[in-house]
Amino acid sequence: MIEIKNLVKKYNDKIILNGINADISDGEIFSIMGPSGSGKSTFIKCLVKLVFPDSGRIIVDGEDVLGGKNEFELARMRRNFGYLFQDGALFDSLNVMENVCFGLRYLTDIESSKYERIAKEKLSLVGLKDIQSLRVSELSGGMKKRVALARAIASEPKYILYDEPTTGLDPVSSEKISELIVSMQEKLDITSIVVTHDLKLAFTISDRIAMLHDGKFDLAGSPGDLKKSEDPFVKKFIKDSICHDMKDVKNK
Amino acid sequence: MRYFFQQLGHGFIPLFKATGKVTLMVKSVIVWLFKSKLEFEEIIKQSVRIGSDSLIVVCLINFFTGMVLALQTGYSSKSLFNEPLYIGTIVGFSIVKELAPVLTAIVVAGRAGAAVTAEIGTMKVTEQLDALHTLGTNPARYLLIPRYIAFIVTLPLLTVFADFLGISGGFVVSLVKLGVPSTVYWNDIFTFMDISNFMHGFLKSIFFAFIIATVSFHKGLGTKGGAEGVGKATTDSVVTSMVLILVFDYFISAAFVFVGII
Repeated sequence: MIEIKNLVKKYNDKIILNGINADISDGEIFSIMGPSGSGKSTFIKCLVKLVFPDSGRIIVDGEDVLGGKNEFELARMRRNFGYLFQDGALFDSLNVMENVCFGLRYLTDIESSKYERIAKEKLSLVGLKDIQSLRVSELSGGMKKRVALARAIASEPKYILYDEPTTGLDPVSSEKISELIVSMQEKLDITSIVVTHDLKLAFTISDRIAMLHDGKFDLAGSPGDLKKSEDPFVKKFIKDSICHDMKDVKNK
Repeated sequence: MRYFFQQLGHGFIPLFKATGKVTLMVKSVIVWLFKSKLEFEEIIKQSVRIGSDSLIVVCLINFFTGMVLALQTGYSSKSLFNEPLYIGTIVGFSIVKELAPVLTAIVVAGRAGAAVTAEIGTMKVTEQLDALHTLGTNPARYLLIPRYIAFIVTLPLLTVFADFLGISGGFVVSLVKLGVPSTVYWNDIFTFMDISNFMHGFLKSIFFAFIIATVSFHKGLGTKGGAEGVGKATTDSVVTSMVLILVFDYFISAAFVFVGII
């Protein structure tokens, strides 16, 4: 379980996160929505201390991850998390197999002879086969996201953080990714925290959705709660998102 | 007056910030150097890359520098004393103590240093550096340590090549153009030069390697923005490395003279 208490993050004098509180239960898919630049990515980066919050507490399975940790303790804490970056952040200098195995070397004590088997298993879990020797530059956008997901789950973390998992993908690939997020939860019992502004994705996969506005969560409830919400910002966000999606469809 | 000091102080803030960041980066490298296993495969890969990137240019530049040095020295000496005197000694001292280490360092800063900054900068803007953290390692351990070692091993080796090529260039000109017998040229070198002259340049190149690596990493890690940011960081890296090499060349030389490595 992840408990977030009064989390504050400022860049220079600009307040990005202004006292966020949330509890994320084990096994749930928790989505965070909000307009671009609202601090969604900053929020999940705070969870793994890629960004250092100014104040507040983040308690993961009873342990405060923000309290004076050195680099070694941080590395140990991050073992609980898999992270799917917005553009995959695959290492250009390595091939697909090396990318997927990368975390196994540093996060686990698994013998290196087993890496290949594990990588193949995770790649097949995300629907990819026979691409182990391809370079990252040879992959399509959707494939990159799926390889990045295979890399994130290779060490079998308890939590996965998804940063805009469907951004830049065509509808078919987006659909595939949303199915994968749900299947990761079902097959591996992973807790997922999804940052997105893709309304369809959030409504399809989430157990709960939080709306990030002015550095705070305006609402954290089920997709149904969000639809029924009378909060003016939430209503406007949903309406604008639907209009935007319809425009996209019309253009296509 | 107050305004003047305010502006003066303001100008120094980025310098102090950069110094602080570099210190923390080097500290992190030292900590992980002792706490983690060395990535030998990566060290060899990077050493080969740095060496192969720069070898041909280093050889060419130093060979021709040796040639022009012999030519200028020979004709100056001829006009003063009517014969070319001590060509080997002058070429040897100049190449081994000063020109080979400095020119080689400048070439490596322009080739390998720029490449490393661009690589790390691209990794920064595409979140690959963040990915390293989430995958149980960090840039210091995975990227910087192997590259530091590669620079510190490769640059002195390239300098030895440069010494040899520079002196050979001088030899060719003194033999063909100035008519100095080969025994005289080599005799001029070995009579007046000893191992400490060689060590002066060789040890300097280790310091230069540290400067190039530190600047390249610092600029790469500090990259902001997209492709434009990477380009800016790369240019900054090369210019800063070159300036620091030439500035520190004097201070390192002076320190070596002080401790008797002349």
